[in-house]
Amino acid sequence: MSEALSVQGLSAWYGNDRILADVDMQIRPGCVTAIIGPSGCGKSTLLRCLNRMHEEVRGARATGTVRFGDWDLYAPDSDPTDVRRHIGMVFQRPNPFPTMTVFENVVAGLKLRGQYDRSNLHERAESAMRQAGVWEELKDRLNKPGGRLSGGQQQRLCIARALAVEPQVLLMDEPASALDPISTQQIEDTVQQLKETVTVVVVTHNMQQAARISDYTAFMLRESNERPSQLVEYDETRLMFTAPTDPRTEAYITGRFG
Amino acid sequence: MVAAGLIVLLAVVLWTLAQGAAPTFATFGLDFFTGRQWDPVNNVYGALPYIYGTLVTSAIAIALALPVSVGLALLLNEVRSRLVRNPLTVLVDLLAAIPSIVYGLWGLFVMAPFLNKYLAPALAGTLGRLPLLDSLFVPTPAVGNMLNAGIILAIMIVPIITAVSREVIATVPHDLREAALALGATRWESIRMAVLPHARSGIVGATMLGLGRALGETIAVSMLVGNGLGISTSLLSPGYTIPAVIANEFREATSTGLQHSALLALALVLVAISFVLAALSRLLVRRSERMAS
Amino acid sequence: MTTGLRPPKRLHSIAARKAKSAAFMGLLWAAGVVAVVPLFLLVGYVLMKGLPALNASFFTQTAPPPSVPGGGMSQAFLGTGLIVGIATAISVPLGVLTAVYLSEYGRGRVAASVRFVAEILLSTPSIVAGAFVWGIVVVAMHSFSALAGSIALTVLMWPIITRATEESLRLVPNDLREAALALGVPRWKMILRIVIPTAGSGILTAVMLAVARGFGETAPILLTSLGNDFINTNALRPTDAVPLRIYTYAQSAFTQWQTLAWGGAITLLAAVLVLSILARVLSDRQQRRIG
Repeated sequence: MSEALSVQGLSAWYGNDRILADVDMQIRPGCVTAIIGPSGCGKSTLLRCLNRMHEEVRGARATGTVRFGDWDLYAPDSDPTDVRRHIGMVFQRPNPFPTMTVFENVVAGLKLRGQYDRSNLHERAESAMRQAGVWEELKDRLNKPGGRLSGGQQQRLCIARALAVEPQVLLMDEPASALDPISTQQIEDTVQQLKETVTVVVVTHNMQQAARISDYTAFMLRESNERPSQLVEYDETRLMFTAPTDPRTEAYITGRFG
Repeated sequence: MVAAGLIVLLAVVLWTLAQGAAPTFATFGLDFFTGRQWDPVNNVYGALPYIYGTLVTSAIAIALALPVSVGLALLLNEVRSRLVRNPLTVLVDLLAAIPSIVYGLWGLFVMAPFLNKYLAPALAGTLGRLPLLDSLFVPTPAVGNMLNAGIILAIMIVPIITAVSREVIATVPHDLREAALALGATRWESIRMAVLPHARSGIVGATMLGLGRALGETIAVSMLVGNGLGISTSLLSPGYTIPAVIANEFREATSTGLQHSALLALALVLVAISFVLAALSRLLVRRSERMAS
Repeated sequence: MTTGLRPPKRLHSIAARKAKSAAFMGLLWAAGVVAVVPLFLLVGYVLMKGLPALNASFFTQTAPPPSVPGGGMSQAFLGTGLIVGIATAISVPLGVLTAVYLSEYGRGRVAASVRFVAEILLSTPSIVAGAFVWGIVVVAMHSFSALAGSIALTVLMWPIITRATEESLRLVPNDLREAALALGVPRWKMILRIVIPTAGSGILTAVMLAVARGFGETAPILLTSLGNDFINTNALRPTDAVPLRIYTYAQSAFTQWQTLAWGGAITLLAAVLVLSILARVLSDRQQRRIG
């Protein structure tokens, strides 16, 4: 089982603008943690800091600590590429590699890391696709181009691709927001199954979705353009939605804004 | 690392040319640009005839190409039917791909004889009789002349002026044109009101790019311009351009004396002018696109 | 600065305005015709005069002495192959690497100046490239050579490849890059194994356009490779090239040489047009695949 992801004093910057301030949270292993909040509240930024994708944009950086077990991910000798081997990511819009087949997409991460043993790749691909709930649908279309599937299938293909490299944590940035309701349902089911093997952190703008699928929820807010985003409340999901502590959380959950 | 190589390349090009040209400028100074004598035997080098020929042929080219290119660019933006627009675009692209030597060959054997037989006498007979224009159209028996060179240049630069003008015109926002039409403007009026004012500086930039191409065109021009020394006001007389003289004299130039150096000086002048035109053109096109957005 | 509309200066009757509009639109159509007619005239004549020149000996024999029947341009075809081949081998890696830098790594002043320089080199007259290479290579080697010709062509082809390749790379959607990075792949590997293959035929198109240009250039070869009546495979010696041979023959007084010139022109035109059309087809297909 994987370790806890421990965030301490995390701030994110674009140049000299601090856009995320002093986030402290403990992400528990083997659970689904949701990050919610109105648009622009910094949920995606926080997510991207967890696998050091935030700094890939020119001028962006993060300060503070993120520990994965004992490992300080932001230590000077930590390589972002290493970090991402353990903490994977699925994006808002499905992005399979257009020049590759379904099978090649799923094993892309493995091949790029130099693993070429055919039988091993097949095993890992099947396992990942089963976890992503897409094996039955696509097992006879492994050699078709990765781009010609429906939106929902593409997204689950991307989930399989991320799972094939066997990360311990999977970060999902609004994975269903670009999909139709049926595909959304399938993604939500997948997330529920995933938590048996990976720790999942999901960003979502849909509160009901968070309430349905997560064990813990973090609520973020950016109160004005001059001030950075902040983590307002972080608690077990059922507690947050029935008895929130912070009045701002309550206002958001009851639909008074956002 | 490799990319910096591109910068290094340009620097080396400029430095090589400058170094080679230096003796010429040291000897003649600014008289190089005003002198009318180009005499390798006596080592006297004045570039005025070539500068004149280059300017005249390019001016003819721009005068002919500009209206055609802008008209074509506007047309391509106006026509909605893909059946017309796509083939037309492809044809213009093909025009751009034809090598200069093929233009030269066709110009020399097909276009020039035709123009000499029909156009030159017609011009001499009509515009050549008018008081101010008569010196422009004095016919000569020579096969090559500046008008022919200017016309072939015009054909060659239409694609590039059209392409850049098209890009610029396409960035003019749709709603501006629709506002004009909603006011009851005719099609042409909406173009004049909404499109042209915004695209104007970009079109000027496109023209500069075309001008740069015309100034530097060597092969087709040298085959049609007559390669005659001397400065004549008649467009129907032979001329000589900077690239043409570089091409014609370079290989046989003697290694003693200043001939190579003088030719390199001409090359340097050519680079400098095309540099300035390219930079200006970029500025104008950018400005036009920024204004439109 | 007004960004709005400027009303027309005079108001005539509606009929007059409509007529004026129709007239101007007619002028636009006329411009289109005028621009395109020379293309047909040119291609037509080249076909007409060039086809008779094409026979077996045209492609297999070397330059004939004046007024001797037969003969061909084989030395020029081989020479062009040699010169453009070497130039392509040099300029493709240089061009692609520069484009990768501009698209994937470069930001700020350095990248902007590299792009600027590329544009300047793109609009530099080709004869200047010839003069420059003459000044360095020919003078140093004390000899005209195919290699010098290749270097001169590289000066022209490098920026073409860079510009078109950079455009192709930029068209690759950014989320593909992010997806690869998120799988724990180092940046250089992501570029090599994901971005470049996705841009794939766009890069091929860039090379085809550059090669088409290389085939057709006369002026730089004139000053660097000199030409040769005989077949030459040594890159360090003067070598013939098709456009160069056409240039010499066209301005000669011998009809037989002029006929050969037309033959050369038709092969050159065919090669260049085929490459350009193929490049366009590939590029359209690529846009449909990615976009």
